[in-house]
Amino acid sequence: MERIPILRMGNFLLVTIQVDMHDQLAMTLQEDLTNAIAKYGSRGVLIDISSLEIVDSFIGRMLANISGMARILDAQTVLVGMQPAVAITLVELGMSMPGVRTALNVEAGMDLLRELVTANRMETGDDDS
Amino acid sequence: MTTLKSESMAVVASADVVRLRQKVRAWTIELNFSLVDQTKMITASSELARNTLDHGGGGTCVLEIVTNGSRTGLRLTFEDHGPGIPDLDLALTDGYSSGGGMGLGLSGSKRLVNEFQIASNVGEGTRVSVVRWK
Repeated sequence: MERIPILRMGNFLLVTIQVDMHDQLAMTLQEDLTNAIAKYGSRGVLIDISSLEIVDSFIGRMLANISGMARILDAQTVLVGMQPAVAITLVELGMSMPGVRTALNVEAGMDLLRELVTANRMETGDDDS
Repeated sequence: MTTLKSESMAVVASADVVRLRQKVRAWTIELNFSLVDQTKMITASSELARNTLDHGGGGTCVLEIVTNGSRTGLRLTFEDHGPGIPDLDLALTDGYSSGGGMGLGLSGSKRLVNEFQIASNVGEGTRVSVVRWK
């Protein structure tokens, strides 16, 4: 079955969506990512959508779902690389993606993810040292 | 409105929605739409095709390059023979959903196009026609 690869980098999971996803592929990604977070105890998920030419309400909902499920599993999600035309269209469509953290590019996204994970640890008093 | 070019596509499976998006992209590029206009029209086509598939039980989409003399644009007409929509006003309300979605399909895609027409008869089906001008 066709799948979107999930890369593991330390505490983080990285996903780059580079294909025009049909609905089942989007659902599979949602499931695979949630399973990977639980399996590896990941603290952060970075999703790069710079290659995505459109985000409709279905894909938008899937991205918001991933972020929500990750949060329940104690992981932070950052969405990066949204094309300006996609952002304009999403807002006009009526999807403001509440609760989804975003950053302009992968580098800024990784910085934000590290910050979020550190802040989250301090808040919950979960210190690895 | 005169039709300059027309093509019909089946919308009966999830892969057809992807195929339609790609076709709409190609046609909007052919019409020299700006990137934002391309994105809006492709997104609207995706929302409406999913409606045809999920609520109408599948149907067709007719793509047309149309002109009204001074302007050219792309018209998409989605038609299904599904259960129809009993209350159109309600279906066009932001956030109202009869399925498990966000309820943005109809109301959201209406905002992404220049012209929007919908006709539906309970037990007969639904037809949605949208135009975006260059």
